Amino acid sequence: MSSHGICDRVAIVGMGCTRFGEHWDRGVDDLLVDAFGETLESAGADRDQIDAYWLGTMGSGSSGLTLSRPLKLDCKPVSRLENYCATGSEAFRNACYAVASGAYDIGMAIGVEKLKDSGFSGLVIPPPPNDGTNVDLTAPAVFSFLAPAYCERYGVSEDQLKEVLTRIAWKNHSNGARNPRAQFRRVVDTETIACSPLVAGQLGIYDCSGVADGAAAAIIVRADDAHRFTDRPLYVKALSFVAGPGAGPLEPDYDYTSFREVVASAQDAYAQAGIDDPARELAMAEVHDCFTPTELVLMEDLGFAERGAAWKDVLAGRFDLDGDIAVNPDGGLKSFGHPIGASGLRMLFECWLQLRGEAPADRRVAALDRGRKLALTHNLGGAPGDCVSFVSIVGAEPSA
Amino acid sequence: MTGIAAYGAYLPHWRLPRDEIASFLGGRAGSGTRSVAGYDEDTTSLGVEAARRLPATDAGPDVVYFATAHPAYAEKSNATVLHAALGLDAGVGSFDLGPTARSAAGAIDAGVDAAIAGRRALVVLADVRGGRPGGADERDGGDAAAAFLLGGDDGVAAVAGRASLSSEFLDAWRDARDTQVSHWEERFTEAAYLPLVEQAVAGALDDAGCVSADVRYAAVAGPSARVIRKAGALVPGDPEIAERLLTSVGNTGAAHGGLALASILDVAEPGDLIASVSLADGIDVTLWRATERLRHDRPADAISDWVARDGAPLSYASFLTWRGLLDREGPRRPDPERPAAPPSRRSVDWKFALVATRCQRCGTRQLPPQRVCSHCGAVDAIERERVADVRGTIRTFAVDRLAYSIAPPVVAAVIDLDGGGRMQCELTDVDPQAVRIGDRVELTFRRTHTAGGVHNYFWKARPVGDGGEEQR
Repeated sequence: MSSHGICDRVAIVGMGCTRFGEHWDRGVDDLLVDAFGETLESAGADRDQIDAYWLGTMGSGSSGLTLSRPLKLDCKPVSRLENYCATGSEAFRNACYAVASGAYDIGMAIGVEKLKDSGFSGLVIPPPPNDGTNVDLTAPAVFSFLAPAYCERYGVSEDQLKEVLTRIAWKNHSNGARNPRAQFRRVVDTETIACSPLVAGQLGIYDCSGVADGAAAAIIVRADDAHRFTDRPLYVKALSFVAGPGAGPLEPDYDYTSFREVVASAQDAYAQAGIDDPARELAMAEVHDCFTPTELVLMEDLGFAERGAAWKDVLAGRFDLDGDIAVNPDGGLKSFGHPIGASGLRMLFECWLQLRGEAPADRRVAALDRGRKLALTHNLGGAPGDCVSFVSIVGAEPSA
Repeated sequence: MTGIAAYGAYLPHWRLPRDEIASFLGGRAGSGTRSVAGYDEDTTSLGVEAARRLPATDAGPDVVYFATAHPAYAEKSNATVLHAALGLDAGVGSFDLGPTARSAAGAIDAGVDAAIAGRRALVVLADVRGGRPGGADERDGGDAAAAFLLGGDDGVAAVAGRASLSSEFLDAWRDARDTQVSHWEERFTEAAYLPLVEQAVAGALDDAGCVSADVRYAAVAGPSARVIRKAGALVPGDPEIAERLLTSVGNTGAAHGGLALASILDVAEPGDLIASVSLADGIDVTLWRATERLRHDRPADAISDWVARDGAPLSYASFLTWRGLLDREGPRRPDPERPAAPPSRRSVDWKFALVATRCQRCGTRQLPPQRVCSHCGAVDAIERERVADVRGTIRTFAVDRLAYSIAPPVVAAVIDLDGGGRMQCELTDVDPQAVRIGDRVELTFRRTHTAGGVHNYFWKARPVGDGGEEQR
């Protein structure tokens, strides 16, 4: 596979993100208008300057009309993208490539999801007409496959793992509590988390990401043009997206303690960005903590921890705001909420704030003060053994 | 003489202790237990499981007769579902009898006719017995299935004689749209049936050239436990077998004659004469003579032992819920969708017969069937392989407390099959607290849900106590 990347060829010059949560009084159109307006303002851009749009939404609308109609975009190119939970990142990736290619000067990636109107608990993705042989498990159950498998492989007891998962939820809630845009803004003590009603396997309510409404957007220009909009652009160092062969549920050599799709996309992204040791070079990472065991396994797949050692690193606080590498400083899917199409862009929004020094002091990641200037975002969609994965790396400065 | 080439039966995992009913509703506590089909079982799936337990024979059936008083579908054939789940050749006919109690005797009779004509008939009898809460039908009923392969000259029991008497009177009945059975006064029923029993048995003995004293066992089926006992007293036999069945399993309706016969075949000696006696809108008697083969061709899991085992105790609240008599609040999740006809037809080998693919290039087995091998990438280099009888080991699992189910929580597992291949499927007949990685499981045909009037059948896995060694 040759993946050349577009390191430093495009940059983000403006971002916006609505509050995530239960927007009973705001529809999809409202969320798009809000995110769009904030993003334009952030870049100091005029709407007529945007040449093309990439809209990410999993199920809150079909076609580019979902965006062009509420914004009254007059015959602009609008692509609508869907790639499970990596939908927002996929919109961003395609916008970056279009601008890097020279086809457009200024592109906008915008993601939206309105989940709370369904009336159901958790995420519901209606399947196409089928033969009725798929096991209809909820998302927490599918990701809870990881927990007993991790315990089995690394000799971790159920109680130890529960403590680890609780620690992850506690960290992300603590971070989210400091974030005015997060869905859940309350510090939750570990006892409450550990004793919360079980949803699937060992996973309680507090081990699950928030089902939320929200929208987020980014304006992308060629790196050469970035300083026309801001003196602190975010340079896109790497974009990697992979779809796995779905072999996990087919092949007994997969043991449900890793996402090989994540390993593949991370390695590709690190190569594009010229990163050798992510845990020593990245200041922070926004990762796909849809459920707490997912974040645990991701620490190993993304190369932040040795295989079988992430659980100890979690307990040691390595991924806290003041740790070696801060993971999910904005609260993550866990407490920021997870409106599917918007989540990838929301992750970039936190990188935008942190790397530009705009994150509030109580949430500022300590590694920035140690001179680190790179941030990673990661999404995955699907299920363990059968998923898509996205990794991006952005930086505050062009590479030397 | 032709007769029974093989026999098998199936009892569901669950037993309702009869005193549970009284502790819930009040009234006099019954004794013993009754068998209860799982929330994901119906007469068709019970029938499939019974037929799967037939010991292997040289030749399969030429025709399938499926009889039940409570068919899952009307208009559409249930026998054909069973045919598909057993992976039988398309050239094998599959026919339903029912929905009446007497259909069971009719299926045996038709099967014997087919056997005499030189064909082999798979006769499957199944029932799920309910009744109004607190009533005798609910308390004394039971759920089960039995299967017989009839035909050939070297079976485990030969047909010795037959007799049928038809008699129209109101004994037990049900409007075809109802689920509950009504009965006339039992004393009337007994008065009407019992003289006919003696007459029909005498007719069958004449047909066989035997006398009453030759009969060693009687397998009696009838509308109630009481009339079964009374009729049993009129025919020589071993009342203990009949009593054990009624006490621990219950009166299994259209399956009962078959279940009783299977229990008897488990203990009968070669040469023994066995009378099958069905009381339903008349009397149907078949006399069987056990052969030498019976010593060697019994099912692996003796039905008589199975009857005697306790099963898993079920609460009355769960029983009522599973039967749709207690409409309980579910999770805020969408109702399950009905399966679509075209994809179900395209994947009929997978969905019903559990046929996997095996790569001809690298030998990797894959479930569900794949055209492109996930291991070596070969395209359309596949052979098909039924895996329904392959056991497996749990690799990881999930207890889903959020998913919709009439019997929450849903338990799912990743199963690595002996001989290769992996399947992600639901577990059933399982204690969610007890599931562990490494547990051994077997596959079982179930009705996963019903939506839009469509029953969705597919396979699940269930724990096997003595799972045996993993076979590579």
